[in-house]
Amino acid sequence: MSIDIDTARKVAHLARIAVPEEELPALAGEFNAILGFIEQLSEVDVDDVEPMVSVTPMRLKRREDVVTDGGQQAKVLSNAPDAREGFFAVPKVVE
Amino acid sequence: MTELNTLKISEARDALRKGEVTSVELTEACLAAIDGADALGAFVHKTPEIALERAKAADARGYDGQPDLNGIPLGIKDLFCTEGVPSQAASRILQGFKPEYESTVSAQLRSAGAVMLGKLNMDEFAMGSSNETSCYGNAVNPWKGENGAELTPGGSSGGSASAVAADLCLGATGTDTGGSIRQPAAFTGITGLKPTYGRCSRWGIVAFASSLDQAGPMARDVRDCAIMMSAMAGHDPKDSTSADLPVPDFEAALTGDIRGKVIGIPKEYRMDGMPEEIETLWTEGAEMLKDAGAELRDISLPHTKYALPAYYVIAPAEASSNLARYDGVRFGHRAKLSQGDGITEMYEKTRAEGFGAEVKRRVMVGTYVLSAGFYDAYYNRARKVRTLIKRDFDEVYASGVDAILTPATPSAAFELGKEVSDPVEMYLNDIFTVTVNLAGLPGIAVPTGMSGTGLPLGLQLIGRPWEEADLLNCAYTLERAAGFVSKPAKWW
Repeated sequence: MSIDIDTARKVAHLARIAVPEEELPALAGEFNAILGFIEQLSEVDVDDVEPMVSVTPMRLKRREDVVTDGGQQAKVLSNAPDAREGFFAVPKVVE
Repeated sequence: MTELNTLKISEARDALRKGEVTSVELTEACLAAIDGADALGAFVHKTPEIALERAKAADARGYDGQPDLNGIPLGIKDLFCTEGVPSQAASRILQGFKPEYESTVSAQLRSAGAVMLGKLNMDEFAMGSSNETSCYGNAVNPWKGENGAELTPGGSSGGSASAVAADLCLGATGTDTGGSIRQPAAFTGITGLKPTYGRCSRWGIVAFASSLDQAGPMARDVRDCAIMMSAMAGHDPKDSTSADLPVPDFEAALTGDIRGKVIGIPKEYRMDGMPEEIETLWTEGAEMLKDAGAELRDISLPHTKYALPAYYVIAPAEASSNLARYDGVRFGHRAKLSQGDGITEMYEKTRAEGFGAEVKRRVMVGTYVLSAGFYDAYYNRARKVRTLIKRDFDEVYASGVDAILTPATPSAAFELGKEVSDPVEMYLNDIFTVTVNLAGLPGIAVPTGMSGTGLPLGLQLIGRPWEEADLLNCAYTLERAAGFVSKPAKWW
């Protein structure tokens, strides 16, 4: 599997990372080096092997379905780059 | 008189209890050492006011019946959220972030009376093996290379390793996703333990790859790691993957008696092109354990070769998901926007400015392996290989092996700037450590010798799940036999 410039552009967009057009060829090259390394996995016989879900077998704990936290609006917003009137502020989303 | 900042945790604890020293004196000695060590780039946010306040409080509590860590000055890796203190995972994207909360592990250390000296350098989001991807600049190894070359302390917990090795603090927290505690410990001649997955709570630790990340202690010897471990471990309702198991007194397990224990020597760790001195170190380490009464057994972990490629699917996949939260909305950096920019441009510009090259690379690789059409070929296949890697270990342990001895790293510390250009070459640093994360096992790096160029070298012991106590005892036995006492010559 080889990654071309179009695929690199698409992946960058999916990851929501702006990559200038002139850097895409180098990025595609790096992807290909890493994927070439990963390609070794295709040598392994994984028929009838379950994909790992949890490395230590454990049962998830249950607890009462009650509110345990909340009412901390000021703290929640304290690190926001832009917070107004008790909300996170972002550029216009809907035209 | 020994300088106070060079004491081991166990020595400082005993001196505090005897009233020979105060926590304020210990803390002041560390703070002075930190201020004189900016050239190491280890401490990136110093917190002297907090340190002195907590030291005074520890002294006021006194040392009768208090926890072992009462009054002990420690450094905290920047990956741990610490209330009111910058916690930015060495990333520009978290610039200015001051958590309103404290990570469970650092909170437990604090409630055990430990004194926080400041935050420690690391690779950005713990992605790296040389501490060269940090937005703060490199952390530097206190050990110098030939001709005075500056060396990496390893990564990602490079600042923690450098600080402990240079006597800036008595111990430090690290985190380990693929070797980030054990490789830097080996590169700097200190001891570092990655516990079983689930032994320490991950709550409040900036997430990299959630199924692999574990916090652990980095300290001057096995005993100090055991002391820190007892305070760091334990169930936390806020982390559903933290194990609800009793935490043993790890220090009490250090008897030095490993007679009858079976130590496995995996043949797959004998890599082509492995330096002769690593091979010798390994053989000598095995002999030391044998002399202490353990039985050596040749074992096979057949899927070892596939651990790194599996890791470089699983870790980036989880990272791409975890790091989606850095979007310029709730915390950290937001890019300046141009006229007409919408929300997508805000995300894309913020993440382009905020993430460094290696983080971007891994987020994008992770995005790719999770994308439609490749999910099965890459991600699911890697998770199946992970099952096989764990099965290798399960079978070896079921056959009666108690612990496994391997080299910790394929080389001694290398020069800063040497390997940064080739990502895959850099990934090979974790070749002996990464299997342990994939299998969720505890592993410890112990310094046991020196390279031909006068640098520390370490061995790794891998234990059975949840049996850190036995593992620490085995490491303690190896440490006593090796008698590693070298310290770097002070140049900073």
